[in-house]
Amino acid sequence: MSNPLADMEKPDVIFAIGTNMTECHPVAATRLKRALTDGATMVVVDPRKTRLAKMAHLHLPIRVGSDVALLLAMAHVIQRDGLIDESFIAERTADSEAFLSHIRQFTPEWAAEICEVPAEDIERAGKLYGRGNPSAIYYTLGITEHICGVDNVQSLCNLALMTGNLGLEGGGINPMRGQNNIQGAGDCGAVPANFPGFQPCDNPDNAAKFAKLYGRDSIDPERGITKVTALNEAGKSIHAMLIDGENTVVTDPDKNHCEHALKSLDHLVVIDIFLTETGQLADVVLPATAWGETDGVQANTERRVQRLRKAVEPWGEAKPDWWIVSEIAKRMGTPGFEYESAKDVFNELCELSPIYAGLDWDRIDEGKYHWPVPDKEHPGTPRLHEGEFKNGMKGLFKVIGYRDPAEVISDDFPLWLTTGRRLEAYHSRTQTGRSAGLEYLLSEESLEVHPDDADSLGLVHGGMAKMASARGEIEIQVKVTDKSPKGTVFTSFSFANVPVNILTGSGYDPVTQTAELKVCPVRVTPVA
Amino acid sequence: MTEHRSDLVEQKLSTLTLDGKLVEFTKGETIYEIANRHRKEVPTLCYDERLEAFGACRLCVVEVEGIRKPVASCTTAATDGMVIKTSTETIEKHRKTLLELVASENRNVDVNALSGYSSQEMTILVDRYSARTGRFSGKQSGTSNTGDKNPFILRDYDNCISCYRCVRVCAEREGDYAINVMNRGFHTQIITEFNNDLRDSNCTFCGQCVQTCPTGALGDKKALRDADTEGEIKKTRTICPYCGVGCSVDMLSKGDKIVGIQPAMDGPANEGALCIKGQYAFDFIQNDDRLAKPLVRRDDGELHECEWDEALDRAAEGFKKVKDQYGRHAVYGIASGRAPHEAAYTMQKYIRATYGTNYIDNCSRS
Repeated sequence: MSNPLADMEKPDVIFAIGTNMTECHPVAATRLKRALTDGATMVVVDPRKTRLAKMAHLHLPIRVGSDVALLLAMAHVIQRDGLIDESFIAERTADSEAFLSHIRQFTPEWAAEICEVPAEDIERAGKLYGRGNPSAIYYTLGITEHICGVDNVQSLCNLALMTGNLGLEGGGINPMRGQNNIQGAGDCGAVPANFPGFQPCDNPDNAAKFAKLYGRDSIDPERGITKVTALNEAGKSIHAMLIDGENTVVTDPDKNHCEHALKSLDHLVVIDIFLTETGQLADVVLPATAWGETDGVQANTERRVQRLRKAVEPWGEAKPDWWIVSEIAKRMGTPGFEYESAKDVFNELCELSPIYAGLDWDRIDEGKYHWPVPDKEHPGTPRLHEGEFKNGMKGLFKVIGYRDPAEVISDDFPLWLTTGRRLEAYHSRTQTGRSAGLEYLLSEESLEVHPDDADSLGLVHGGMAKMASARGEIEIQVKVTDKSPKGTVFTSFSFANVPVNILTGSGYDPVTQTAELKVCPVRVTPVA
Repeated sequence: MTEHRSDLVEQKLSTLTLDGKLVEFTKGETIYEIANRHRKEVPTLCYDERLEAFGACRLCVVEVEGIRKPVASCTTAATDGMVIKTSTETIEKHRKTLLELVASENRNVDVNALSGYSSQEMTILVDRYSARTGRFSGKQSGTSNTGDKNPFILRDYDNCISCYRCVRVCAEREGDYAINVMNRGFHTQIITEFNNDLRDSNCTFCGQCVQTCPTGALGDKKALRDADTEGEIKKTRTICPYCGVGCSVDMLSKGDKIVGIQPAMDGPANEGALCIKGQYAFDFIQNDDRLAKPLVRRDDGELHECEWDEALDRAAEGFKKVKDQYGRHAVYGIASGRAPHEAAYTMQKYIRATYGTNYIDNCSRS
């Protein structure tokens, strides 16, 4: 997030797109609710009538995957009505001319055709966002899990840049991170593009620096392949994998492909707290400590670096992940893994990462710091982009066009399937499924179908249905509800007996290789 | 700048006399907030600093010079020059009587500390004021709802003192408005709309009502499963393991058993709030399905338990073999977005330092 969580109580206009916040980030949503009580106006863009959508002053139930069209038309309205921030554009941005002339063609009427919502509502959304003082954008995977995920994010950036809603209290662009430490995994350099602290791998100086630090002659001065490519290459050029704490075969798209990929490896080592579906394919499974059994650090969605503390002894012979990885490294003869504690590991990260340079284990005891913290005197950075962008750079406008999803509905697959999470379950339920009581509220998965679709397809509430995509077929119970818009069905990916990711995986964003999990054309038929 | 400076002048501190001492305060502060800041230990039951002051319990009354009756300090804004006494013989007697009355309404004064974060507030005050006199007896308000079979929230309204903290936290902090108050006086009853079970209301089972209840009338049913488990309750400050909000919690344990979770009221990301997962989905940790020992796949094709050394040797041998046979670009690492920094850091270092590649990723692409 560009802004701290506390800022969520302060926007004038809230623009929430592709975020089911009351279910996925419930505590953050309480802050938006307080902003609403204090008089904020909220626009929610979501195909589904979520709880957040019901609280909104304006809800745009756009067709899944049509976000870019909506955002282009909103930009059009903002420019047409003179709601742009001329001085912000002049002082802090570049390439505005091309963008501002590009958006002239994208009228609300044009977008209304694609998004399947009234042009007047698109007008209103543009005006509300453009007039807000300040306006804040919130988004989650409904923006990124598309073949045009990067385009979606950059379209949001364009809106914020043209209206000067960056670096302001209660404004900003705020992605809500879905996992407790997904931010931290990136911070630590567990990505193919960056060393720790987002130092690019394709910079030869960085590659040389880390080679020296890690006791090697060299490290490839180029990006590695992504996980998606690595899974495609399994059994071809990739022959061994070390997977830590990810149930890849359940949470990744195209389950059958993924399972096949892991099976074609010569060697698979999985570190986890349970014997997951992924662990069952491994040659070696190593038991890790769980929450409350080990000390450590995690970074939240507002870049706040916080300490995890050990409360009880580990289960059985479970060991901390860092210890397990270090022991494998030592056996490989790799130097530099003589750690005695999580503190040792974290302090090394701080030394090598400019955004953590002002931090160490003891300084983060109270969780006060938001990175970047470039030195020990620095107070941390709760709000990014205040006064200027990083290193005085300009905010770049991007010229973006609308593209259809990787697959679109057809006679064979006439409904849109979109997937997500539910409040009472988390991911593949390895944890929430083993916590007593949650089944009282959510005991099984169901497919949310609009009443009109249920009628035309012959589906009944509580009955079973077959749902098929170009990749596979599953059976699922039907729930008739107007939470789903007509023509779109929804389910979560949490339940093992409804492996919806057999169906997904139609396409990937060309830049990030994030899967288009939010759009998948399907056919739904009643089971006799 | 000029405007900014005049703001500062406006905000010049005012003063009042608190128990004989001149103290400063800023406009808008209540007497209770000032007294609390000066560690005056003014008792309260209906007060939760996250909520709008309510003025229902009357325990926080203080004497203000020039005002004949004691005033509720939580709802009275301080004004310049006030002379306040927070603890006089009259005030203390009044407080004791009130506590005797409140205690007489409840079936129990003592409740298990596992009931919730604030559950000991009444017990502590009753003891501080030696108010277990039984001087009053008779009517009770609130009837326990034993029919609600939800597994999380005990609704033992025989212990309810009508402070409305549960109703207020649900409305003011959560914005859920799942519960409300029916009737008044001895007939006061906390109910959901249409008096249904919580499951059939707007309730999201965030547990905030439980954690603010000062008497244990609302209790944490999951934690209370361990009411009779041996051992002192230990609290360990940590961060919730679910979404990216990063709520601070206290993990409650007895010996080596994790028994419950309470929100950290001073948690910077959550300021005391939690959701159903952070509040109640903790017992996966000590679940019999947990991996207790390493596993290796043997010649029979099955995974078998083994000692750490064997497993780690097997793990390393496999990587060596692949590296020797196919080269250093044949090994890939996937780090977790769920494990701590130290896991992700060592994972990327393992790949970069061992193979000299950037063949490392995490689960953020799916």
